[in-house]
Amino acid sequence: MPIKDNDSSIALQQQVKHAISSKEALFIHGGKSKLFYGNTVDATALDISDHTGVVDYDPTELCITVRAGTRLTEIENLLTENNQVLPFEPPHYVDLNQPSDSATIGGAIASGISGPRRAFTGSVRDAILGVKIINGEGEIVTFGGQVMKNVAGYDLSRLMVRSQGTLGVILNVSLRVLPKPSHELTLTLELPQEKALQYCQELRQQQLPITATAWLNNQLNLRLSASEATLEACKQKLAANEIDEGMEFWKSIRDHYHNFFDDRNKPLWRFSVPPATDIISHFEDDQLIEWGGAQRWIHANTPENIIHSIAKSNKGYATLFQSNQTNVTRFTVLDPALLQLHRALKKKMDPHAVFNPNRIYQGL
Amino acid sequence: MPLDLDLVTKNDLIFQLSEIVDNDYLLTSEEQLKPYECDGLSAYQTLPVAVVLPSTIEQVQQIVKICSMLKVPVVARGAGTGLSGGALPNEGGIILGLSRFNQILDIDTKNLTATVQPGVRNLAITEAARPYGLYYAPDPSSQIACSIGGNVAENAGGVHCLKYGLTVHNIQQITIVTIDGELITLGSETLDTPGYDLLGLMTGSEGMLGIIVEIIVKLLPKPHSVKVLMASFNEVNEAGDAVAKIIAGGIIPAGLEMMDKPAIHAAEAFANANYPLDTEAILLCELDGDEQQLEEQVIAVETILKKAKAVDIVIADSAEDQAKLWAGRKSAFPAVGRISPDYYCMDGTIPRKQIAYVLQQISELSKKYDLRVANVFHAGDGNLHPLILYDANKEGELEKTEKFGADILILCVKVGGTITGEHGVGHEKIDQMCVQFSDAELTQFFAVKAAFDPDSLLNPGKAIPTLHRCAELGGMHVHNGELPHPEIPRF
Repeated sequence: MPIKDNDSSIALQQQVKHAISSKEALFIHGGKSKLFYGNTVDATALDISDHTGVVDYDPTELCITVRAGTRLTEIENLLTENNQVLPFEPPHYVDLNQPSDSATIGGAIASGISGPRRAFTGSVRDAILGVKIINGEGEIVTFGGQVMKNVAGYDLSRLMVRSQGTLGVILNVSLRVLPKPSHELTLTLELPQEKALQYCQELRQQQLPITATAWLNNQLNLRLSASEATLEACKQKLAANEIDEGMEFWKSIRDHYHNFFDDRNKPLWRFSVPPATDIISHFEDDQLIEWGGAQRWIHANTPENIIHSIAKSNKGYATLFQSNQTNVTRFTVLDPALLQLHRALKKKMDPHAVFNPNRIYQGL
Repeated sequence: MPLDLDLVTKNDLIFQLSEIVDNDYLLTSEEQLKPYECDGLSAYQTLPVAVVLPSTIEQVQQIVKICSMLKVPVVARGAGTGLSGGALPNEGGIILGLSRFNQILDIDTKNLTATVQPGVRNLAITEAARPYGLYYAPDPSSQIACSIGGNVAENAGGVHCLKYGLTVHNIQQITIVTIDGELITLGSETLDTPGYDLLGLMTGSEGMLGIIVEIIVKLLPKPHSVKVLMASFNEVNEAGDAVAKIIAGGIIPAGLEMMDKPAIHAAEAFANANYPLDTEAILLCELDGDEQQLEEQVIAVETILKKAKAVDIVIADSAEDQAKLWAGRKSAFPAVGRISPDYYCMDGTIPRKQIAYVLQQISELSKKYDLRVANVFHAGDGNLHPLILYDANKEGELEKTEKFGADILILCVKVGGTITGEHGVGHEKIDQMCVQFSDAELTQFFAVKAAFDPDSLLNPGKAIPTLHRCAELGGMHVHNGELPHPEIPRF
């Protein structure tokens, strides 16, 4: 089915202008697949999920420009047809109870969450080349472009990534894409956590075509993407077993429906730490370690302040990903001077305070 | 936008600065200030009120606080190799030189990072990392001399960006001093950070949002093996098409460079790189990686080049032969400098598919202005460096050259590109910013600037033109390639 070509930018702009003149805040959303990721926004909805379509895509330019409401699935299918991929492998977080996968590219950009490939081929912010947004004055403006090298003006397109709709309404986005390696292979090795972390560290120094790692249940799983001959050589070299359902496994890790994520009685925390960080041994439950050690998922009832201080002592950050509680601080609190800079920027970008108020922090 | 500094304020400023640094590091006489009057773009010169060379972060904080209090402009400067006048002094302000921040503080071989001070030379990082089998990827052609702080301020590129990215993709964390003298860390040692991407925003902001005092860069393991292919073409557009075909073939070379005939001749005469003199264009394609993958890629690229009508293909296996091929490309600028009294280097980026069309248009413009051009560029990422040859001693020739350069940049914007790929806007391309951005967009840039620097003291007057300036220029606004009738084919 072709991607629906529907430009709603003028209608969206009218809604933003109306919100500004009536001093009414807006809650910007797409497919709502990442609704949990941040504070609840109590405001009039601005739904971008009808603003869809591919504005420009020429595979030899390694760039795709799409409207923000376009479904991630549709974009990925189009890229696959052209042997290309989104380098950051965005999570969809599909609700298995819903009939279709509603996750949009706009949401992927605004949340800035990257998937299993992140540690190897870059993050959402690494791939962004340009944006068209509705700004805080209700004007449609464009920053960046469709070329990789571009240093004209401040980099406001990268600033949209993980701003969670607090700085503007993303209308269109241009992303760098990569060739899709012809073959993929998932290998697994039985290793306890300490050895697995050590192994990942050794792998970082080598030139293997690794595109994902996941350690859980004493197994280190590696995804490699390259030509058939190269993969065969890697398999010999690593002396590891091959998993047949590799693709499904990585999807379940990316979208959090792997049974590791089933334990809903305890909150799910995401630790972002330097990759070579040793075992974080304060927790009794199993961990899922991705990105060669840089991303660690932990179910724990430990009080928030202790979690944050453990993360901090490891030079990292903790984010509360899933929790039954409301009114909790999801993100690490910023240092006062840094927070002040964020507030000053928010105020300048959103002078009428209409975009997703308090979505990330109070006042942001 | 030079701000006048009255004598009382000037004396007060110099007295206060002299309390912070030793006399040797506070330069105020004309003779001492002269070397700082320009950066790598020597066509524009201004003497600052003073040059101050601190060596500690505390000193930087104190200096900035004084300037903030006295409302004196501060222009940060690294090695002064920039090509857009980004470090051009402000007549009523100081130059804050960071050359004494020249220490590599740590190399972390487990996390593959290096913590460095901003005055460290780009190449010095790679040299320090080499014993561990690591290197720092971005390699602007000035890498022997340019500083990493300047690289961050300009988001510097180089010949390996296509595969390894720009500066923004190769740094993890920076520490900045704000105009209030506050010390703030942006980014982190992890793969992401809470809050807005202020690290991304600071990168390429040309010293207008804060002073960078420490940087954590990413290091990469050195590729196991490297091959360089040189292909010659009888037509410039065939070389342009070959570039698109290599990318379409699913290959991302480490570097993919193109030179046209005038550039080939100049470089060959200068560097004896064994370039073919009877061809219209050459492509240099560097491939790297693990032996097995590399072998496959070399075969694939060779096949593509042959199909794309390459008349000759040379494969350099040894490091020595590779260095020779690169020597020509890397010395292209000085080589051109030898065949012309002066040259003016442009820096537009265009979509790859427009390469042939834009080169043809540049050739037309060359005839129109009666000025020769040599084209050297990062073909893989569409980043052009046309070198306009002129003689500054001939009356009116610099003005003619500037007009020619401006026309090239407008052309780049028209075909969907940008006025600067890696050199920055600085002082040089400020007028062309009016072509690329609308009033609303420029206003947004000023709003961002005001959030960081409300009194506009950090490198004022650079990078973002005032609306007034744009209005005075009149001229056409081409919005990101969106011409009135985009459906009409233009080549």
